[in-house]
Amino acid sequence: MADTATAAPTTASPAARKGARGGGSLWRYVLIRFLLIFPTIFILVTTVFLMMRVTGDPITAALGGQLTPAQLEERIEAAGYNRPLIIQYLEYLGQIFRGDFGTTLDGQPVVGVLLRYGGATLELAFYALIVAFIVGIPLGMLAAALRDRWGDAVLRVFAILCYATPVFFAGLVLKLVFSVWLGVLPSSGRASPRVELQIGRIDNPTGIYTIDAIRTGNPAYIVDVLQHAIMPGIALGLLTAGVFLRLVRTNVIGTLAMPYIDAARSRGVSEYRLVRTHAYKPALIPIITVIGLQIAMLLGGAVLTETTFEWMGLGFQLSEYLKARDYVAVQGIVALLAVIVALTNFIVDIIAAFIDPRVRY
Amino acid sequence: MSKPSIWTRLPIVHQYRQSVGLQRGMLTAGLVICAVFLLAALLAPIIAPYSYNQLSDGAGDTFTPRQAPSAEHIWGTTIAGYDVFSRVLWGSRTAFLVIVVSVLLSMFLGILLGLVSGYIGGWVDRVLVVIADAVYAFPSLLLAIVSAIIISRGQSDLWGGIFATAISITVVFIPQYFRVIRAETVRIKSEAFVEAAQVMGASTWRVMFRHVFRNATRTLPLVFTLNASEAILTLAGLGFLGFGIEPSAAAEWGYDLNRAIEDVTAGRWWTAVFPGVAIVLVVMGITLVGESLNDLADPRLRTRRRASAATPADAVAATTPAARNEIGETE
Repeated sequence: MADTATAAPTTASPAARKGARGGGSLWRYVLIRFLLIFPTIFILVTTVFLMMRVTGDPITAALGGQLTPAQLEERIEAAGYNRPLIIQYLEYLGQIFRGDFGTTLDGQPVVGVLLRYGGATLELAFYALIVAFIVGIPLGMLAAALRDRWGDAVLRVFAILCYATPVFFAGLVLKLVFSVWLGVLPSSGRASPRVELQIGRIDNPTGIYTIDAIRTGNPAYIVDVLQHAIMPGIALGLLTAGVFLRLVRTNVIGTLAMPYIDAARSRGVSEYRLVRTHAYKPALIPIITVIGLQIAMLLGGAVLTETTFEWMGLGFQLSEYLKARDYVAVQGIVALLAVIVALTNFIVDIIAAFIDPRVRY
Repeated sequence: MSKPSIWTRLPIVHQYRQSVGLQRGMLTAGLVICAVFLLAALLAPIIAPYSYNQLSDGAGDTFTPRQAPSAEHIWGTTIAGYDVFSRVLWGSRTAFLVIVVSVLLSMFLGILLGLVSGYIGGWVDRVLVVIADAVYAFPSLLLAIVSAIIISRGQSDLWGGIFATAISITVVFIPQYFRVIRAETVRIKSEAFVEAAQVMGASTWRVMFRHVFRNATRTLPLVFTLNASEAILTLAGLGFLGFGIEPSAAAEWGYDLNRAIEDVTAGRWWTAVFPGVAIVLVVMGITLVGESLNDLADPRLRTRRRASAATPADAVAATTPAARNEIGETE
């Protein structure tokens, strides 16, 4: 699907530019793009299923060595893992179609795990994206304006540094500096225990602490929640910030070579203004098209960030289930994330199509 | 300037001669870091004062765990009592092996699939593209975790662990090589010399490997550097989550960082900072080389080209829009 988004500008026909395709084609694009979600989800779910099941069954993987072979056999029989793979597969597809992603070894439905912990991951990804926008876009424009000068080199090395630093190492360094040495920020968790207790008491908690804290109306709680979010947000956000910086830089440079920029320059518009007002907007469109991939990357990074900061989200749960060797839960969470990734990519592509007509089919 | 020899047309050498100013500075810095990394990987047994799993010195005295950097242990000791300096050095060897195995595997499979898909086309192509896109859009770390589970069922010894990690990374990388090679193949397929070969009765395989593949390798050095750096990050991520190689079998930076979480909270910085900086430096070095190659291949991003260094390859790079879009996505 990333292919459709990024390859589309090159395949855009001249007709599209002339405006021969009106509003109707947008809806056609939305429909085709919507239908494409299903093969994507199907392929991902199948890949995950095959990879997890071809080599063995989850019960032996989790409890092998702890139970006698006879007990294992009994459990496998009860769970139906001794049937032909194709039957298990069809049954699994049927379950997923009904929204059932399996049950963890401790008896919780995977969808329930998502509902309980998904909010935390969403909140983390949101803060990370904000950090990425605030850091990446202005610095990318600056780097383009300072092209091939020292400032540009420094910013580009910074972008590479963002990419090269594993989120968990960035997290550990932030923790060391700001919570151990300087003692200004809390080192882990999503809120202080006392605040967490109070926030949990409100009616219909969303699980997104920022929203819940605002709903309590107590400024101290809001500050507490935000303080806990700063370091995880930066650790995860810098990764994407580096990508944005490079993307904005490259695209602003590309746009600055366009004839209309030369025209503006010849009228005496300053270099700073050229970047600020003329080259800036067209350079942002590619950002929208890569956000889909970035969200996938953020979800992967969230597993590591949440483990580093004991941020009780979906990623933290995933690593706990990994440790407990509960592979049914792992398979369920991963399949569920596949669906989420496919849906977000669909939404992102649609937004891109609304903003940039060249993206449509 | 004499006729360009084979030496000056080698991937990195050619671009190095082409680069000037800041760009050359970045490329040089990257190459130096990579060289240090390779030396560390190669010479770890000689440089490292202790072995990666050594818990006591020659006299039989056990190392004190959680020791701050001192003359005896210049980077301190870990919570389990390993020497941090030695483990960081040995870790470069593990990282290097994983890069080599994973990149070779994914290059081989990705290129083969990309060639077949792009050249043969039809429904095979369409199915492969949809699958590659689906896998490509998925969080790579999660995919690597799933592969690591089936391959190693958790932890394993040195070679088992290296292969498990490398194969997990391969699964993630195949779509990247596939996409790049397929795009090139589709472009080259319609060129006259391919048609000529077909008309003269060359077999499909011969045309595919001799005529198409040889001309489709232009972007491979770029994808290679991107993948090498991503391989290190994925290896570290897997190790951090406990899917690495057992500490008694080999040193692995990600695993050491996981053990360091507790240390950091207690203010013992040395167990986290050294392996972490090692990861950052190596990934930066490889990325600096890759970025420079990328920029030099893209006429829109190239600073200036020295006329003396211009070769036929430059003319190709200048007339064909570079692979930035294909490559840029793999960031």
